[in-house]
Amino acid sequence: MKSFLLSTALAALIAAPAYAGKAFISNERGNTITVVNTDTWEVETEFFAGNRPRGITTSPDGSVIYVCASDDNLVRVFDANTYEELPSLPSGPDPELFILEPSGKRLYIANEDDNLVTVTDTETRTVLAEVPVGVEPEGMGMSPDAKFVVNTSETTNMAHFISTEDYKIKHNILVDQRPRYAHYTADGSRLFVTSEIGGTVTVMDIAEDGAPTVVGKISFEVAGVQPEWLQPVGARVTSDGTRLFVALGPANRVAVIDAQSLEVLDYILVGQRVWQLDFTPDEQFLLTTNGNSNDITVIDVAKEKAIKSIQVGQQPWGVVTIE
Amino acid sequence: MHCLHRSLLAALTVVFSAGTAWAIDVKAAVLRVDYPTLLPISRYDLPPDDLGFAGAALADEDNGTTGGFLGHTYETKTVAVPPEEADAAMAQILADGIRLVVVQSRPEDLLRLTDQAAEAGALVFNARAADNDLRDGSCRGNLLHTALSHGMKADAVAQFAVWKKWTEWFLIAGSNPEDVALAEAYRKAARKFGAEIVEDRSFEDTGGSRRTDSGHVLVQRQLPAFTQDADDHDVVIAADATDYFARYLSYHLWTPRPVMGSGGLVPTSFHGAHEAYGATQYQTRFEALTGRYAKPEDYNVWLALRVVGEAVTRANTADPDGVRDYAISDAFELAAFKGQKVTFRNWNGQLRQPVLLYDGVITVSVSPQEGFLHQSSPLDTMGLDRPESSCTAFD
Repeated sequence: MKSFLLSTALAALIAAPAYAGKAFISNERGNTITVVNTDTWEVETEFFAGNRPRGITTSPDGSVIYVCASDDNLVRVFDANTYEELPSLPSGPDPELFILEPSGKRLYIANEDDNLVTVTDTETRTVLAEVPVGVEPEGMGMSPDAKFVVNTSETTNMAHFISTEDYKIKHNILVDQRPRYAHYTADGSRLFVTSEIGGTVTVMDIAEDGAPTVVGKISFEVAGVQPEWLQPVGARVTSDGTRLFVALGPANRVAVIDAQSLEVLDYILVGQRVWQLDFTPDEQFLLTTNGNSNDITVIDVAKEKAIKSIQVGQQPWGVVTIE
Repeated sequence: MHCLHRSLLAALTVVFSAGTAWAIDVKAAVLRVDYPTLLPISRYDLPPDDLGFAGAALADEDNGTTGGFLGHTYETKTVAVPPEEADAAMAQILADGIRLVVVQSRPEDLLRLTDQAAEAGALVFNARAADNDLRDGSCRGNLLHTALSHGMKADAVAQFAVWKKWTEWFLIAGSNPEDVALAEAYRKAARKFGAEIVEDRSFEDTGGSRRTDSGHVLVQRQLPAFTQDADDHDVVIAADATDYFARYLSYHLWTPRPVMGSGGLVPTSFHGAHEAYGATQYQTRFEALTGRYAKPEDYNVWLALRVVGEAVTRANTADPDGVRDYAISDAFELAAFKGQKVTFRNWNGQLRQPVLLYDGVITVSVSPQEGFLHQSSPLDTMGLDRPESSCTAFD
């Protein structure tokens, strides 16, 4: 992961003219992507992104944006500079979240309605495999060595560890109710799985061979907020593995967690129904999508403080940033 | 519960598989008692042939997908019978070795069938009957309720009314025993949440006013006359469990007021248009499987069998005692497309759950409402709370 970030940064330094960093936000209800300049924090533009855009990611070089157009049953592809739409990718029905392997070749897509993970080749635009998983697959994480993709199934309540070699499930780990998101540390030694209704984050240590062992569970408590509303969804961990940030949905807060001791250090108040997170590539800022207040919050990562909120489209869902 | 310990004969087939894990083949049944009834006021309320059974089919699929990773299989038998054949049907289910039975019936039949099941050590889930007494004095240790009680429904409506500051109520109750029981739940809810029933009337069921070629003409004349001269009120609360007049109220009142309860804004466990909290996924799965929209009974049955699934998945047990003990333990929780986990009240076996307020088209609101607090769970502001319940079967 680190080398990928570095190479992206280098590529940007060498090849690119001095254009500013950008954040792309998928607006689930507005059917658009909002583009935000991450230097000025101004909205640059908003463009049509297909019907019910949710999961959003970028190619390793930052030149292409992929978005799950859930109601179109495909992954739409856009040029990150011109916003021109490129040929779509087959995704299987109702794609919600996906993850692109570091090489940029294979995209692993959760098909919420069909209990499948679809593997799509981004170059040939063909489906390579369909992997049956639990009921309502959603969260998608990938080990930094790209050997495992982890899918969480919201009604089965498992994290399924799928080998990227043969597309077979090698491990199934039961977690708490309605697991939403899976995220590895940059060194691949830990995996965090958030459970929205269970209100917890399950922490797993990952062995050399990729085998998971549950080592802890993080729960949350905020004075004056009903425990029912502390619903962990999106998560990001700093590349040095020290801090874990977890979006808490209708609690309107992002939890700051010591990723080693698993102690919750703070709660940062953000917009309403905070959903997904992404760092800017330099990790200076963390962006949150706030679905019910139609904005994103910018968090200063070092200070662990919210510094700004920016109005975007209707019901922002996912966010991805590029240099 | 004593009887549950007695026999666990062929409640489930436990097979030792080649590997290290125990495979479990879970067998359950849904017993639906079909009563002779008049047509509903609205065609939309006609019961489909697979009412409740469709929820079982979806639950078997959902549980089976999860079970596929764990070596568990799920099979649910569905039986629909007229009331006079209910006992024989339960006997057959028990004779088939099934010890997990979801029942859709009226209260008196439910209690008799539950006691019959108890003699064989079986666990029963109530997916239909709303009577408070089933959760109170008549509770049974082998009976869990996924269906909402009258008390939960009435409290859900009362909270919304009070949140709206519609605290002066005109209560219109039906005259059948079920309607009278429901009306009592609304009177209690009014006292509980500080509303006042300024006018309390009973609308006699004379066998008329159902849909006919000219039914609406009569209704249009009858109801305004019936509702005139009421004390000033903010809202009309309808207690019509037998569905003969409440659906007509909204546009036929003497004084125009919103209607809640059995007509207008209706409390329900679920409906086919509910989309929040990821429920869209439930709806699309259900519709793809059954070709129709989900009804509350389908959801209640699905919930019951998902409770069984959770016990099997997490506690590795499908025996009736094991499922019951796990379900009412602190370890149990279930995501049910209502925004928060649902759990059981360990004093009377009722599943505590949010209540949807449905206008026939959309989810208008979800109770409990903001500001109604409780020392342990806001969900316990609806229905029989621990200190109110006289149930001792779970002690």
